[in-house]
Amino acid sequence: MGEWSRSVIPIVRGLCFLYVTNKYLGTTVITYGPSMLPTLCITGNVLLVERISTRTGKLRPGDVVILRSPEAPRKVVCKRLMGMEGDQVTYVVDPKNSDRCKTVVVIPKGHVWVEGDNIYNTNDSRNFGAVPYGLLEGRAFWTLLPRKDFGTLPPKPR
Amino acid sequence: MGTPSVLWNVAKKCFTVGVITLTVSDLFASIVPVRGASMSPTFNPKTNSLLDSLSDDRVLVEKLCLRNYKFSHGDVIVFSSPNNHKEKHVKRIVGLPGDWVGTIYDVVHVPEGHCWVEGDNSASSLDSRSFGPVPLGLVKGRITHILWPPQRVGSVDRKIPQNRVSSS
Repeated sequence: MGEWSRSVIPIVRGLCFLYVTNKYLGTTVITYGPSMLPTLCITGNVLLVERISTRTGKLRPGDVVILRSPEAPRKVVCKRLMGMEGDQVTYVVDPKNSDRCKTVVVIPKGHVWVEGDNIYNTNDSRNFGAVPYGLLEGRAFWTLLPRKDFGTLPPKPR
Repeated sequence: MGTPSVLWNVAKKCFTVGVITLTVSDLFASIVPVRGASMSPTFNPKTNSLLDSLSDDRVLVEKLCLRNYKFSHGDVIVFSSPNNHKEKHVKRIVGLPGDWVGTIYDVVHVPEGHCWVEGDNSASSLDSRSFGPVPLGLVKGRITHILWPPQRVGSVDRKIPQNRVSSS
């Protein structure tokens, strides 16, 4: 009994430590899809995500964040934070048809506004509305792959 | 010579226990106190304003439901408040995605990925009637048993309100 526990406990401790680091400090994510073009590729990026900014509330508009989709709780999506609670957000409702249909929204308390960089092909707060802060999972701060994008993530393109 | 290695062993044991407890309470189940009277009489039935933290109900919250986010009508869940991510609320699921829920004034459709929650004590409960449907991603666990006080230990049953919900 003693020998068995001596070899199992370090393994269990190691796995739990990995889980705690993954959940509370940071993790890597693989993104795919067109909604964050040109910042992220359609075929996929590997990003380093830290979870400390979300816990301490130190996120700022312009950060690339990953969050649980409000439409499907098992899906985690990557978008750019564009507004915090109390901010006024102006956006184009349907950029393909006319870029003069602007709507102004005040973000409610406890919510944030997220948008994909590719306004022509993204499902974001313009579709599903302001997102409760509790759905945010982390902030992406470094691109690992592809090699040409290695480094910090660029700011929102104009 | 002896003290540093004793300290190191104690620190290692604390780290092991801490990390394993944190993982188990995140992935399997944890015990939390329930504050407030919004789920009376299921939890905290004595609506005493002098309720101190020692007499709050302690309940078992299971986290296995977060693998699939598959809930049933009448489940009691713990979720982060949509208005303040630091607060957690305990309410009962009345409507699942796709349902139509009847409130006093109108009938609300619960969108995909959301649920409609209400407290058992409708008179004093801040729930979906004020802040709308709650995204399922905010759910942190499902309450299955009451563990304290001893006279009310037992499982928490699903209670489904009659004639208020129409499922699709």
